[in-house]
Amino acid sequence: MALLEVRSISKDFGGLRAIDHLDFHVEEGEIVSVIGPNGAGKTTLFNLITGIFQPDEGEIIFDGHNLVGLRPDEITRLGLARTFQTVRLFFNMTVLENVMVGLHGRTHAGILDTILSLPRQREEEEFIRQQAIDALSFFGTRLIGFRLNQPAFVLSYANRRRLEIARAMATGAKLLLLDEPTAGMNPRETLELTELIGRLRDEKGYTIVLIEHDMRVVKGVSDRVVVLDYGRKIAEGTYEEVAHNERVLEAYLGRKAVRSA
Amino acid sequence: MAKIAPVPEEAVLEDVRLKAPEVSLEQAAKLGGVAGIVAVFVSANGMVQAFAERDIISGILSMGYALLFLVPLIIAYLAAREPPVLEGFEAPQKGPRNVVAGLIVGAITGLFLVLFVLLASAVNLRRVFINISPQLLDLLTFGQGSGGLVLLAAGSLLMGAAGGLTQLLEAKWRRALWGAVAWTLLIGLLEVIVAQLFRGLGLNVLAPFFYAGTGGLTPVGAAIVFVIAFLYYWAVVPKVNQWQHAYAQMPAERQRSVRLSAVVAAVIVVAVTPQVLGPFVSEVLDLVGIFLLMGLGLNIVVGFAGLLDLGYVAFFAVGAYTTAILTSPASPRWSPEMSFWAALPFVILAAALAGIIVGTPVLRMRGDYLAIVTLGFGEIARLLLLSDWLRPVFGGAQGILKIPNLSIGPIVFRTPVDMFYPIVGFCLLAAYVSWKLKNSRIGRAWMAMREDEQVAEAMGVDIVEIKLKAFIVGAVIASFGGALFAVKIGSVFPHSFSLLVSITVLVLVIVGGLGSIPGVVVGTLALVGLPELLREFQEYRLLAYGVLLILMMLYRPEGLLPTKQWVRELHEEELMQDAWLKMEEDRRRAQAQAQTSQGDLPPAQPEEA
Ligand SMILES: Nc1ncnc2c1ncn2[C@@H]1O[C@H](COP(=O)(O)OP(=O)(O)OP(=O)(O)O)[C@@H](O)[C@H]1O
Ligand SMILES: [Mg+2]
Repeated sequence: MALLEVRSISKDFGGLRAIDHLDFHVEEGEIVSVIGPNGAGKTTLFNLITGIFQPDEGEIIFDGHNLVGLRPDEITRLGLARTFQTVRLFFNMTVLENVMVGLHGRTHAGILDTILSLPRQREEEEFIRQQAIDALSFFGTRLIGFRLNQPAFVLSYANRRRLEIARAMATGAKLLLLDEPTAGMNPRETLELTELIGRLRDEKGYTIVLIEHDMRVVKGVSDRVVVLDYGRKIAEGTYEEVAHNERVLEAYLGRKAVRSA
Repeated sequence: MAKIAPVPEEAVLEDVRLKAPEVSLEQAAKLGGVAGIVAVFVSANGMVQAFAERDIISGILSMGYALLFLVPLIIAYLAAREPPVLEGFEAPQKGPRNVVAGLIVGAITGLFLVLFVLLASAVNLRRVFINISPQLLDLLTFGQGSGGLVLLAAGSLLMGAAGGLTQLLEAKWRRALWGAVAWTLLIGLLEVIVAQLFRGLGLNVLAPFFYAGTGGLTPVGAAIVFVIAFLYYWAVVPKVNQWQHAYAQMPAERQRSVRLSAVVAAVIVVAVTPQVLGPFVSEVLDLVGIFLLMGLGLNIVVGFAGLLDLGYVAFFAVGAYTTAILTSPASPRWSPEMSFWAALPFVILAAALAGIIVGTPVLRMRGDYLAIVTLGFGEIARLLLLSDWLRPVFGGAQGILKIPNLSIGPIVFRTPVDMFYPIVGFCLLAAYVSWKLKNSRIGRAWMAMREDEQVAEAMGVDIVEIKLKAFIVGAVIASFGGALFAVKIGSVFPHSFSLLVSITVLVLVIVGGLGSIPGVVVGTLALVGLPELLREFQEYRLLAYGVLLILMMLYRPEGLLPTKQWVRELHEEELMQDAWLKMEEDRRRAQAQAQTSQGDLPPAQPEEA
């Protein structure tokens, strides 16, 4: 059975159908790219899966659990974490603390454990710290060392994006949903991140769903590409198949022609 | 499985650094205007004149002049500061520009003051502004008539230049200089405490050497204080890092003994403090301690968790009334006459319950709505205590009297000097709890919620649970304050729990720098302690609170009313960072265009596949 299975979900925003009877699935260990023109409903799909919005109809099954009706934090604890298209870090917290927050759902120390500084609480703190540093180390030396204790707002754009991924990794998720992780990066950084996304799957075993506008990235990493337009799936397949699909070209180029007309 | 594209050599870009942003002279002019308005305002509202009656350095500097001239000095210092260094920028260079910025501030402030004096002497403004008296004008012109105007302008310009010049100093010197100025002013103001300290330590002979007797330090005394403070900041403070390092290097056993001796020293200092300082100062310190306790509690709710609670006094009242009912023989309905310590668990329970009662309805609220609802809760609590309906339980306006003194075994804490110890004890407990929680998963979840609630939730933080925890911990700490307040005064009345208490505590937390524990301590000493010691401050207390709140709104609004957009990018630093990012983005786009001339769906370099 697929790790994530989205069955015929729809979402209306006051008359605007952002997602329209969408079926979508992700197998364990896959890297799936979701592409489509602006406003196609890609981010909305992520928001529905992660519980930020509730679908008007349909089911979302992850790892045997129905996610519809669950709160975002419950969904994250089931093993599904995301990044945001507009980078949303905890800007006044340090780099390390940002990632440590990601471990909140996997740990348990309560107020009394903390005040009494019980051994189990101290061990857990150490575990949190270690796991956070591990997640950050995945990006080489960019986010560790003196960066650890800097507030997140001093980071460059590329580093902010990396930090968001590290924070999602720290939740202990099996499935990562990355919303345009290379937006705002220069070509070198983009290529580097493309490689990293591959390593996330190959070395760390994550299953990945990726929203991406940069076709070199999509081509570089995807096992499968899903194309959305007006909230519907208009094509699905390998990059090559999708890239030569008539409807896809029309969705992209046709709209462009209309826009520039 | 898809192949991963390798990083090609030619894609590697050189590391471009942007020029450091310069000190903005335009900004300095604006700040100069602000300084001018502030200086005129403190003159016109009577502060300068009222403060002029107290000398800081006898015969040389009164508090009034200090206030007046600190305005251009501090604002010039701020205006002359370089913008912060960010990733992607060169480090800024210091230079004449810093001084020019300071001079601009000084000149504009001087201009405003001179115009004010000219206007006030030409037109009688006293009908509207009763504080603009001939004495004030005399004061502003140093008793020299129109010749004094030159002095006034020159003084202001000098202060501006000084503020700018300090920016040129190395950090070490700058800190020492400012530290020495601050300490000299403070010691000059705190004659009550320092003189009492000399008396308490049996060093009475020193007092006339330092203090003139007519108020303020003697010039020699001031010079000594200045030099000592300067040396302290210059020689001792930079060493602290080294000491910390040395301490970290020590074997565990020596670390333990160092820690032990530090604790012993602290205990001795705390033990002798109220004895040496006597009943009057101890009374002030007790009050400071109780407010500090509440400040630490509210700091958890507002500072850590970002939940703006304007009805915090309700928890203080819960602590005080629970203690009163359970311990006083005069409690109208039930009087179990428990001891303070037996009542304490019930106080905690009642406070936790109150935390849940306030917390539950506001779980899904943010920012301003939360503030207004909690404000309502605070008033409801006071009105219930005052009501006829609950008079049989709470005693209405007469309150509950005859609350017995706090005691441990045979030791009874009667006087303000005695009460200092339990109050310090509870403050230490609250500080420890805050510190411990701040550096734990719960504290981090609070801060994450403060920064961006939706994202915190998406990262696995249960918002409902964590919000209630913040309210509960905050409520329990405030209730300790209430319990101590009840036994210290010996009675409780509804009017002690007014909105003003909530506001005062909020100001303490905000001024302390939201979320910072030492900040709350300093904030409480300055805002509760100083006005108790110096009558002149009492009158302008609310003014100061208002000003501080407005400054906070301007510079850290996300701390007060955390909403998503505000949290995202408001800091100047971030705006600058964004400017950099935009340039990067443009460069990237230009490059991308050069590389590919396809449409929206470029079929990625054909040669690789
Ligand atoms: N919270 C919301 N309220 C109302 N309309 C929304 C909301 N979120 C998204 N929409 C609308 O739903 C449609 C799909 O938006 P979505 O953000 O999912 O697009 P997208 O595919 O991610 O686009 P982009 O590539 O620009 O990020 C858009 O028309 C958008 O205006
Ligand atoms: Mg989107």
